[in-house]
Amino acid sequence: MIHSLFLINCSGDIFLEKHWKSVVSQSVCDYFFEAQEKAVDVENVPPVISTPHHYLISIYRDKIFFVSVIQTEVPPLFVIEFLHRVADTFQDYFGECSETAIKDNVVIVYELLEEMLDNGFPLATESNILKELIKPPTILRSVVNSITGSSNVGDTLPTGQLSNIPWRRAGVKYTNNEAYFDVIEEIDAIIDKSGSTVFAEIQGVIDSCIKLSGMPDLFLSFMNPRLLDDVSFHPCIRFKRWESERVLSFIPPDGNFRLISYRVSSQNLVAIPVYVKHLISFKENSSSGRFDVTIGPKQNMGKTVEGVVMTVHMPKAVLNMNLTATQGSYTFDPVTKVLTWDVGKITPQKLPNLKGIVNLQSGAPKPEENPSLNIQFKIQQLAISGLKVNRLDMYGEKYKPFKGVKYITKAGKFQVRT
Amino acid sequence: GPQSQYYSISTREIFELKAELNSDKKEKKKEAVKKVIASMTVGKDVSALFPDVVNCMQTDNLELKKLVYLYLMNYAKSQPDMAIMAVNTFVKDCEDPNPLIRALAVRTMGCIRVDKITEYLCEPLRKCLKDEDPYVRKTAAVCVAKLHDINAQLVEDQGFLDTLKDLISDSNPMVVANAVAALSEIAESHPSSNLLDLNPQSINKLLTALNECTEWGQIFILDCLANYMPKDDREAQSICERVTPRLSHANSAVVLSAVKVLMKFMEMLSKDLDYYGTLLKKLAPPLVTLLSAEPELQYVALRNINLIVQKRPEILKHEMKVFFVKYNDPIYVKLEKLDIMIRLASQANIAQVLAELKEYATEVDVDFVRKAVRAIGRCAIKVEQSAERCVSTLLDLIQTKVNYVVQEAIVVIKDIFRKYPNKYESVIATLCENLDSLDEPEARAAMIWIVGEYAERIDNADELLESFLEGFHDESTQVQLQLLTAIVKLFLKKPTETQELVQQVLSLATQDSDNPDLRDRGYIYWRLLSTDPVAAKEVVLAEKPLISEETDLIEPTLLDELICYIGTLASVYHKPPSAFVEGSRGVVHKSLPPRTGMSPWVLVHEPLAYQEDLGPPVSGPPLAASSVQMGAVDLLGGGLDSLMGGSGFAAPGPAAPAAMGAPLGSGLGDLFDLTGGVGTLSGSYVAPKTVWLPAMKAKGLEISGTFSRQVGSISMDLVLTNKALQVMSDFAIQFNRNSFGLAPAAPLQVHAPLAPNQSVEISLPLNTVGSVMKMDPLNNLQVAVKNNIDVFYFSTLYPLHILFVEDGKMERQMFLATWKDIPNENEAQFQIKDCSLNAGDNVAEGSYKVLATQSSSK
Repeated sequence: MIHSLFLINCSGDIFLEKHWKSVVSQSVCDYFFEAQEKAVDVENVPPVISTPHHYLISIYRDKIFFVSVIQTEVPPLFVIEFLHRVADTFQDYFGECSETAIKDNVVIVYELLEEMLDNGFPLATESNILKELIKPPTILRSVVNSITGSSNVGDTLPTGQLSNIPWRRAGVKYTNNEAYFDVIEEIDAIIDKSGSTVFAEIQGVIDSCIKLSGMPDLFLSFMNPRLLDDVSFHPCIRFKRWESERVLSFIPPDGNFRLISYRVSSQNLVAIPVYVKHLISFKENSSSGRFDVTIGPKQNMGKTVEGVVMTVHMPKAVLNMNLTATQGSYTFDPVTKVLTWDVGKITPQKLPNLKGIVNLQSGAPKPEENPSLNIQFKIQQLAISGLKVNRLDMYGEKYKPFKGVKYITKAGKFQVRT
Repeated sequence: GPQSQYYSISTREIFELKAELNSDKKEKKKEAVKKVIASMTVGKDVSALFPDVVNCMQTDNLELKKLVYLYLMNYAKSQPDMAIMAVNTFVKDCEDPNPLIRALAVRTMGCIRVDKITEYLCEPLRKCLKDEDPYVRKTAAVCVAKLHDINAQLVEDQGFLDTLKDLISDSNPMVVANAVAALSEIAESHPSSNLLDLNPQSINKLLTALNECTEWGQIFILDCLANYMPKDDREAQSICERVTPRLSHANSAVVLSAVKVLMKFMEMLSKDLDYYGTLLKKLAPPLVTLLSAEPELQYVALRNINLIVQKRPEILKHEMKVFFVKYNDPIYVKLEKLDIMIRLASQANIAQVLAELKEYATEVDVDFVRKAVRAIGRCAIKVEQSAERCVSTLLDLIQTKVNYVVQEAIVVIKDIFRKYPNKYESVIATLCENLDSLDEPEARAAMIWIVGEYAERIDNADELLESFLEGFHDESTQVQLQLLTAIVKLFLKKPTETQELVQQVLSLATQDSDNPDLRDRGYIYWRLLSTDPVAAKEVVLAEKPLISEETDLIEPTLLDELICYIGTLASVYHKPPSAFVEGSRGVVHKSLPPRTGMSPWVLVHEPLAYQEDLGPPVSGPPLAASSVQMGAVDLLGGGLDSLMGGSGFAAPGPAAPAAMGAPLGSGLGDLFDLTGGVGTLSGSYVAPKTVWLPAMKAKGLEISGTFSRQVGSISMDLVLTNKALQVMSDFAIQFNRNSFGLAPAAPLQVHAPLAPNQSVEISLPLNTVGSVMKMDPLNNLQVAVKNNIDVFYFSTLYPLHILFVEDGKMERQMFLATWKDIPNENEAQFQIKDCSLNAGDNVAEGSYKVLATQSSSK
């Protein structure tokens, strides 16, 4: 199982280590550094590295490498999932998963890691349970604690750990009982030069924020559940009910959690809400090129496309860019060669356009590659797949909760090739 | 931040901490322990505070207790005597009314890796394994695995393994899951033990627990289920039905472990079954979903999908598009996706695939671009209907003139020619235009191959090949070999214009090169050309078999094994765990049988290392080598002349045969004389001594030698030369076991110490009564020589004739009787065509003796 964990920052400093079995020397990380050097970009470090006596399985999150040391045959996905869970927990506890936050809360970090893994076996990884065991730091609590002498650590058995609903603690009480569901859909797409769709799919999630007293038993039904043919469920969902009736029946965890994630596959028609007209060209034997991009709305179901941002990794030979934006503002970073155009809202009457001259290093050959345009956007109050919640019913408790559903569509990995 | 002040801690502050730790105020104590832990986590040595921290352990404040435990786990190893002080508190805590404290105590005790403590752990652990509270039982289950890691014997002696097995039937699913996890870990270091002996009842328990335990527990249980062998297809199907819901789990490791169980048990289901089809359909969506996760997860998923599409391509055949590469995917994801795209390429989707690949070929990352270009070639070979389109795509890419793209394109076009000969040769002209830009050996070799293969259609083929010849010795072996073959092909196709060229290349290959492959191939062509030009043409220009579709598929038995390892490291490396996991079942050097019959000073070396240390065989069988060379002189005589039509083509003869001075035309006769002579002469042929052990490999000791047979006794004739600066003495020799039981009949006698720069000749008598073990090759002999400096190893090949007995000649009746005694299965038959009666007699006589010796030595 998981033997040790090293946290390493981008400049290669090991700033935290934790061993769940015997101590493994830091020098094992040299193999990681070697791979890191070879990969050049931090994103390209291979996640599984073998060394003479160990395996290193790592993830890269928020500018930190979480490097775990493995000595026996362990499912790598198990380790990677766990590492992401550790990063999620830090995020949850400290508001950000950063080197500073971890260093500032090093004792809590240690207590958490000790609770999350025993002998390399995951112990408590649910946020609900961890928070019962170890209280997150707040300025208010540390003041209160120092006055009353009370502790950060709960001294009762976390109830959820043994019941058949390990994700929920007992005795939850709220004065205002609320249940919110955010249906969030991201469009992943590759659009080719000519504007036709090479690949498109929708990655959807329903994120929930449930603050309900007691043991509520919820039923969530959809207008068009047939859309959901590829779904991953939170463990609280009763799979049999879904199979037979296509309703989500569950006793929810307390607080924020992801209820389901789903994929509307490329075989179905995925609407593409924006189009891009582009002309990026470099002349032979000249040190300049042209750049002209227009973004317009397409299948946007009558809603406004907003929060539009375009980023382009320009070829290495590009020195700078002299552009004019009819809307929004642009920046070009001559070091990373990244052009960012913050467009904002698209109004169909006046389409945003960015155009001008690209200056190349003198003498450099004409760039061969064509940069891809990465587009971000948001559409409020729309799930682009058409998914709609029908109703939410609650059983098992007597109060009337406040219920809310919100829809939003965003660009995921939305790329336009030029 | 609020806790950052813990960061800077000096030795002076350690003194202050000591005071705080011993404070009466609970809060002050706790803050002090926190400071200690903070220093510990950043690697500062706070072990000096051990007794003070341990003193804080007896508290009812749970947080303080936990903090002290954290400290204990870290430092107990370095302060074992101090750690004993904590034992009583642990034992007491294991009896605490609060199950959380009981569990915490047993959990922490297991983490203190000190032998002395483990003895005290046994009783509390035994109680905790039977605790009324399942939270304590599940913690105790893991503790058994910890204890096993520290002291396996203790765990077995105390009967903890049986208790652990009982916990598989526990009423609480989490206890079941942890028991399975602990047993699986223990089983990994005990491959032969039957710890997880599964039967239909225990399987039922596991399947029930599967629905109710945490995501991590589900992974342990699924991985355990995958090792079970259902008794029939009905049981397999019923397990599959109960595992399928796990495919919708949000945790990708649960999904992949479920996929493993299903892929494995599907083997038992009939393909005609409706359920089989349903299962296939259910497998696709979860696999695709894994690809929308974080890149690290994607990578592992893709490595596994690569196996799955090879085993059951039908599962993902409609999902090509999800493998399309996004420009900002990490490179390790891009390369894997590309591989799977090719595996899924078919006539139905080839147009899309090609369009994608062409797009990728203009990306920035060189490795990826190269692989994309190669992929286009693989598509052409895999999907015949697309070949033409692939070729034209490759030509477009060549027009970009991007150097590495051009080179990759040429390499794959060569393969396309090998798959579809005489179809796309029109593009050769375009390829030839790029000849000058090729600087990578593989691309140069590919281009040369193309020129040679299609020499008759390329007007200036001779000029093109000649241009490479100038720097022949600077080229890599790959290019040299290809150039040799291409020029020979050219010569056979256009003999009149290219004699000089072929002479030049043959001479470069045979005389000026010391690469054995190149020399041998050079000689083979030379002899072919000189013996029988027509045959040469038939051999060299023969139609070659087409290359097969996919050469990089995993071999089926390995693939089946890897399917059983879906989701594990083995699936990432595409190798079975035995090939790479340290300390896992059957690592090769642990399973090798121990060798016997070696003297102690050889045994101190591991058998495996012994074999690896041995250099390559130094001397070859001398007989065969010399007679073949003699033949070559003869063959070179008139052959080329007839091909040239008597134009006075004079091949430069190889140096060796000339020096031997063998009479031309007598090669074959000599060959038979020599073999025939083995039995009849009293002293047989003795090869010249060759160096067996060079001085630089043996700290200055050089050994050369040969073998001889004189009137029934075999000897190893050695020359030991001291090329070191110190005197050598105390020589001894030992043979490894070998095919014919060769062994020294007497010790190695070097009477006086060997001074620097001195040599001594020794004849070591041998017998054949040593231990026998079949070697490869059969006449391989591994020798160890010891002196006052070190032990050295070398291996050599002995000529088989030293084993042939002199009294092999026998009467006709006797021969027939002996012949009949040899079992029929040992008999091999072949016909010798076109040989004179006289020569035939000789052959027959030669083989009597070989047969007789072989049958007697077995």
